[in-house]
Amino acid sequence: MQPTPNTPATEPSFQGGAGKPLVASLPRLKGLGPALALVLLCIAGGLLNPDFATFDNLMNVLTRTAFIGIIAVGMTFVVVSGGIDLSVGSMAALIAGVMIVAMNALATGANPPGAVSIVLLGIGLALAFGAVFGILHGFLIARGRIEAFIVTLGTLGVFRAVLTWLSDGGALTLDFTLSETYSPVYYQSLLGVPVPVWVFALVALLGALILNRTAYGQHVQAIGSNEQVARYAAIRVDRVKVLTYLLLGVCVAIATILYVPRLGSATPTTGILWELEAIAAVVVGGTSLRGGSGRVMGTVVGAILLSVIGNILNLTSIISVHLNPAVQGLVIIAVAYLQRGRR
Amino acid sequence: MSLSVRFNHIVKEFGKVAVLHGVDFALEPGRVVGLLGENGAGKSTLMKILAGYERPTGGQLVIDGAERHFASAREAESLGIALIHQEFNLAEHLTIAQNIFLGHEKTRGGLLDRRAMAIEAAGYLEQVGLARDPHTPVSELIVAEKQLVEIAKALSRKARLLIMDEPTASLSAGETSKLFALMARLKAEGVTIVYISHKLDEMEAHTDEVVVMRDGKFVTRALTSDVNRRQMANLMVGRDVSDMFPPKQEAPAGAPVLLRVSGLDVPGWVEKLGFEVRAGEILGFAGLVGAGRTEAFEAILGLRPRRSGRIEIDGQAVDIRSPREAMQHGLTYLSEDRKGKGLHVDLGLRENLTMMTLERDARPWVDLKAGRAALQKAIADFGIRLRDPDCVARSLSGGNQQKLALAKYLHSDPRVIVLDEPTRGVDVGAKRDIYALIHRLAGEGRAVIVISSELIELIGLSHRVAVLHGGRLQAVLGPDQLSEENIISHATDTQHTRH
Repeated sequence: MQPTPNTPATEPSFQGGAGKPLVASLPRLKGLGPALALVLLCIAGGLLNPDFATFDNLMNVLTRTAFIGIIAVGMTFVVVSGGIDLSVGSMAALIAGVMIVAMNALATGANPPGAVSIVLLGIGLALAFGAVFGILHGFLIARGRIEAFIVTLGTLGVFRAVLTWLSDGGALTLDFTLSETYSPVYYQSLLGVPVPVWVFALVALLGALILNRTAYGQHVQAIGSNEQVARYAAIRVDRVKVLTYLLLGVCVAIATILYVPRLGSATPTTGILWELEAIAAVVVGGTSLRGGSGRVMGTVVGAILLSVIGNILNLTSIISVHLNPAVQGLVIIAVAYLQRGRR
Repeated sequence: MSLSVRFNHIVKEFGKVAVLHGVDFALEPGRVVGLLGENGAGKSTLMKILAGYERPTGGQLVIDGAERHFASAREAESLGIALIHQEFNLAEHLTIAQNIFLGHEKTRGGLLDRRAMAIEAAGYLEQVGLARDPHTPVSELIVAEKQLVEIAKALSRKARLLIMDEPTASLSAGETSKLFALMARLKAEGVTIVYISHKLDEMEAHTDEVVVMRDGKFVTRALTSDVNRRQMANLMVGRDVSDMFPPKQEAPAGAPVLLRVSGLDVPGWVEKLGFEVRAGEILGFAGLVGAGRTEAFEAILGLRPRRSGRIEIDGQAVDIRSPREAMQHGLTYLSEDRKGKGLHVDLGLRENLTMMTLERDARPWVDLKAGRAALQKAIADFGIRLRDPDCVARSLSGGNQQKLALAKYLHSDPRVIVLDEPTRGVDVGAKRDIYALIHRLAGEGRAVIVISSELIELIGLSHRVAVLHGGRLQAVLGPDQLSEENIISHATDTQHTRH
């Protein structure tokens, strides 16, 4: 650790962690903006309606957040790497449809396996489809050099059209006995906390760990910050990009696996506008759409923030329920305004 | 016609950090003034204030006897002050003519008068010596040509005071001499020119006087005829810069060849290139802009397609298809384009330093503590000067960014390292540190390749220099053949056959 003899230290060079200026910790504080907003919103919600600040309501909000939240965690990787995926809502709908059709077919076929096995097979199938769709996106974008916006705008249409065709424009409904077996995945609680909330927490934790503490996560950020520099720095840019879409595809599959037992059906309107909600959660959470930096925990807070707004509006009836999305839209614009970079 | 400028105790602070601490001096009209100073001395900031890009925190800017507060570069331009940027401000998708007239478009009857603009643009291009159609999109130009377009743009604004920040950093010898002829012509017309460059030979030859800044203050001024290069360098650094280059160690004759390239063909750039470097050797690569030096190495790294070519590392034939495979074979290449290809300027220092070795070192979690320790070590080993180790790379000065980039590309402990313009836009003090580092690398038994447009640098550093012209290897000059004349004659393919 000795300085090179040829390096005269005319200016003081950094001497270690001692006397670290306070300013250095400011960027970290800046990330707390969305969390602070959430806390304030919860206090406001509690004051407006005593029902808001109950454990049951909290779990209700978190359970409803789980679908979008899990997708948004995957979306964070894609956005940080400089990409986008507009197809997630349609993808969820198609995966739900395929799952239901396949499970029903297994249950009604000759010599059907047990209900639990069928559900497990359905879950496996969903994960496989999510992964394949993700890899497909990744290849078209990274290897095919087509804009992510265009590729996923295309599949947005394709996925939903196929689902509509499968359901013949109506609903695909899960076999009743299977539905019975499957429903605990959505309705059951562990230690008082619903299963979807556990899964959401697990996905978020894993996502944060991967993005911040693995070489892969750092490569995702590096590519979003400057793809060319990353390429020169011996990073396998194409592979990392494909993996971000694969991760997102798996997240969409997980969200769908939790969603299907809720209603036990898939229709042409399943998952509609989920892509916008997921992207909004990512942006509200402090991730720049330009890529390069982002926080999974920010995304989690963003997703919860958006559903808390809806929940408070529902409970207090300040304005018509029909205007809830308008309030959420305004919040998204306001947050983006507060977080905009200089220039 | 001419314009006089006086800086009265100019102060500039960015947040809590003061960059200029009360600068006082005057620019007399109709002279070429060389502005000297190390990176971070505040030259560029002062000139941005003069050209209206930045507003001073304190002090007055007096122009032709009247105090001025420019709200924008446009206001400064209206007085005839034009700044030619170190980093280009060109719209890549627009044509040369569109760029030259950007914001000052000529119109006829409310519509753009493209013909008139093209004709006038062609005139400016001729003055700066750029033989290109004004309708060419800027994205098709190479770096040197973009620099000339920037100068043509300044000419079109009828500048009375022209500020040039490192204009020759990317120009070839021929283009540079054209630029100096243009400067002489402008001066004769009464234009005041402020010239910023790290190339002291240019200062010596083409300025009337030099103004020296150090640490955000005016230090001294002198008539150029009264000081020599050595004195200029000493004034800049504030200490004696004795020999820039460490004494050359004998090139190891029996050492193994670490990199051997033969028959390298890069479509459109390089034909049948072959060379070798031994352990402990520094091989220079000379050539004009566009000679294919950078392209040859990008092809070796797999960043560009190569039609043919055999690459051997340490005697083993290897097939390198990406920088990652090159690194696994112990070969890394630091690009000349520091901000575009070398460093993630928006990421932190630790992230940059460990970027290439993350995968190797993660198990499976990235060890942040080890990363921070590595950064501390790199700061000490490479003499990186900074205020805050948690800052982003962008906030370091040019020389320190370059040291960080070097540290990054050496972090994987390569045995063959290719440095493309390792001292471009770097001040004298940092240059000296980098030269010492290059020697240390060779001393450790690595093979070092230095691509440079500064002949003195190539001669001072290298054991041998390979000279390229038009994508072909013209000569590999040995220790007793290394002279500026020799390199130039091969680089321009004008050597007389000597027997």
